Amino acid sequence: MRLPEARGDLSAAVIEALMSGRFEVARLPEVTDPLADEDLQLALAVCYELHYSGFDGVDDRWEWHPGLLALRGEIEYVFETALRQLTGPQPAVGAAEIPAALTALTAEQDGPSLARYIQSNATIEQFREFVVHRSLYQLKEADPHTFAIPRLTGRAKAALIEIQIDEYGSGRLARMHAELFRTTMGCLGLNTAYGAYLDRLPAVTLAVTNMLSMFALHRRLRGALVGQLAAFEMSSSLPNSRYGNGLRRLGGDEHATLFYDEHVEADAVHEQIAAHDMCGSLVAEHPELAADVLFGAAASEALGGRASAHLLDSWAAGRSSLREVSGQGRPAQTDQLAGVAS
Amino acid sequence: MTDQHRPAATITPYEDGPLLLRGDFEIVTPDGERIEPGRPTVALCRCGRSRVKPFCDGTHKLIDFHAPAGRQNSRLDPETD
Repeated sequence: MRLPEARGDLSAAVIEALMSGRFEVARLPEVTDPLADEDLQLALAVCYELHYSGFDGVDDRWEWHPGLLALRGEIEYVFETALRQLTGPQPAVGAAEIPAALTALTAEQDGPSLARYIQSNATIEQFREFVVHRSLYQLKEADPHTFAIPRLTGRAKAALIEIQIDEYGSGRLARMHAELFRTTMGCLGLNTAYGAYLDRLPAVTLAVTNMLSMFALHRRLRGALVGQLAAFEMSSSLPNSRYGNGLRRLGGDEHATLFYDEHVEADAVHEQIAAHDMCGSLVAEHPELAADVLFGAAASEALGGRASAHLLDSWAAGRSSLREVSGQGRPAQTDQLAGVAS
Repeated sequence: MTDQHRPAATITPYEDGPLLLRGDFEIVTPDGERIEPGRPTVALCRCGRSRVKPFCDGTHKLIDFHAPAGRQNSRLDPETD
């Protein structure tokens, strides 16, 4: 993928280093809300992408550059501190109480719901925006959680593998969830290349994938990573049913909606495995990780909620929820769903 | 117990949730028509309210469905029966 445009001094310093090959120590700016700061979240996203696909024309050795890693560590400290403040302290419950605690954290809330809005009211352009927001994660769906495999043992590891096998379509490319999402993007006339819309994603969206990467790349945070996965799975079946219905209402055919339809049944399986067999077993073996499991779930719900609220608020105000960028990286402006006979 | 003596398939009730079916199984209609599971492990609806029966779609969470992970032991209530 291409390097994005900078959004401030910090992201400019990181991007400039990757382009020029010379790293100059950057100072962390004072930020009021790290979870919504465009400059900080983009800088962190660029640091993390070096561990996934890298950037066109950038030396892959930057992934382990000590200076850049030190800067990333400073950003992560600010990010993790803000996440823990947002979610508050979590109780160190026993293994038997973990599934119920996760269920309570992920219960459907009253009030405005992105899934309900998309099911009944979203325009095709708003649906495209929704898909663009999800694309940075969904085109690498399940990859961050794969980092947890060598860090787990016993039943928790077996449970994670059982989930991941399904995420990766049992090894069949056409059934891989990331590929199903690519198909949905194509049906909507969107650019399916990984990272194509990075410049258009606001900080509240980047914060969600950055949280996943932070949990994934630190063994210390393995409890939060599996708790986050459980929260994802436990708040997925019902919303995905609504997203699929919304796309059908807008004229999407069975290929376009397969990603959502697949997740209704898949995540009804995964949520049981994740809550009981993965998180429950991990806490049974490592009681000291209980609070972090719940932290990961609470952080996932909180950041997901902030991102969803941004979409609803933007649309209610008659605005796009994506960042305005001059030039490239814009979603297709077609009014018809590609692949839908008219 | 060795793998040789394990059953080909297992069904696991999850507390307040579906039945998970794992192993070498086939789901067929009474007429013998195959219902495609789509994945190695499936969740079968046990609350009765799923819209994708026989599979679970998470609706049990909206209706305050309760059932234990083990065998339920409540007997018929003479007051109501």
